[in-house]
Amino acid sequence: MEESQKKSVLEMFLFLSGEPLTLKELKSATGLEDTEITDLMDELIADYSEREGGVLIGKIAGGYQMYTNPALAEWALKFRGAVKPQKLSMPALETLAIIAYRQPITKVEVEEIRGVNSDGVVKTLLDRRLVKMVGKKEAPGKPMLYGTTREFLEYFGLKDLTGLPTLKDLEREEAA
Amino acid sequence: MSETEGTYSVKLPVFEGPLDLLLHLIRENKVDIYDIPIALITRQYLEYIEMMKELDLEIAGDFLVMAATLIHIKSRMLLPVEETTDTMEEMDPRFELVQKLLAYQAFKDAALGLKEREEDWSGVLKRTPVEEGAEASEEQELQLFDINLFDLIGVFKELLEKTPAEVLTVTRETLTMKDKMSMILETLQGTEALRFEELFKGDFLRSHLLVTFVALLEILRLGLARAYQEKDFGTVWIIRPEEQPEAEQAA
Repeated sequence: MEESQKKSVLEMFLFLSGEPLTLKELKSATGLEDTEITDLMDELIADYSEREGGVLIGKIAGGYQMYTNPALAEWALKFRGAVKPQKLSMPALETLAIIAYRQPITKVEVEEIRGVNSDGVVKTLLDRRLVKMVGKKEAPGKPMLYGTTREFLEYFGLKDLTGLPTLKDLEREEAA
Repeated sequence: MSETEGTYSVKLPVFEGPLDLLLHLIRENKVDIYDIPIALITRQYLEYIEMMKELDLEIAGDFLVMAATLIHIKSRMLLPVEETTDTMEEMDPRFELVQKLLAYQAFKDAALGLKEREEDWSGVLKRTPVEEGAEASEEQELQLFDINLFDLIGVFKELLEKTPAEVLTVTRETLTMKDKMSMILETLQGTEALRFEELFKGDFLRSHLLVTFVALLEILRLGLARAYQEKDFGTVWIIRPEEQPEAEQAA
């Protein structure tokens, strides 16, 4: 591949793929070195973001992906004839946050933090595939452990779990 | 936070759980979470539960457990502090509750962060890759459904509508249905699956389309091929039956 084509080829692969493309996939498809790919991808991400067009490139769910500009969501949805997915309720978001930061975690542990029964919310999150069962805890009764999914990362546009905003230090200013 | 409004004279915020309610009371009274005036907060907490009762709202058991905890803490606060205890935890009966409230508040904040991201991302779409013919059907396991005659006619009708009506009618029909049948079967020999539309590639006249379609129906009737559809309104595939063509042909 000629030097001048490299960036364009990477861009093209992103266009063709609907799914996030991992570094490994890009490497096997292009034969380029890791660092070369990451550098070129960084350039592409910057190019697209500077242009502020209808399409952006970002790191989502462990790979690189092309997606519609969030600022133009209304129009993207209109074109697809789609409606915005129903927003999550505050209890659901709270529960999801607890699972995301403390995974793997059992439902009882979630309930201890929330101080309230969480059967319904956990089910909603399972139904929407934002969380999944990831195993069983070595404890009496072998309770189910829950963790977040790839769909969770995609739903919130996160690269990986480190992309979550850091949990505020438990220190809190006076409740004023 | 939602509030019950309208007919009630009191506005009663709805709290998901006891911790939610406690955080609200702490905020409203502008008190220090590390130094909660337990008597005041307990009184207001119990008042809230009373209100819920009056309004006939169902009170979750969690609220009552917390009420008991608060009363217990309050009573312990009245006892003289034993100087022998060495840690904060043991000295302050409120310690455990405060830790719980702080942890819960941290996750509530995190939930707000997620809410913002959800707001930004809920309308972001990705490209849906176009299936590239038969190759794609081999790679990904396609979900194929038997298509019935009416669906097939529907698909054909769409195709027909895309073809302009003839101005000149060519009357001399050169292509018989039998010819067309063998042509289709020949094409099928060379491939695993054929898109419905591909069958009509060489047909530019409505009459030709019709002949091809009738030929296809005959082939399907004889069991020499099968028609499947990917999901509802998806691509229609004509597939050569794998194992039993001999038997069916004989029948």
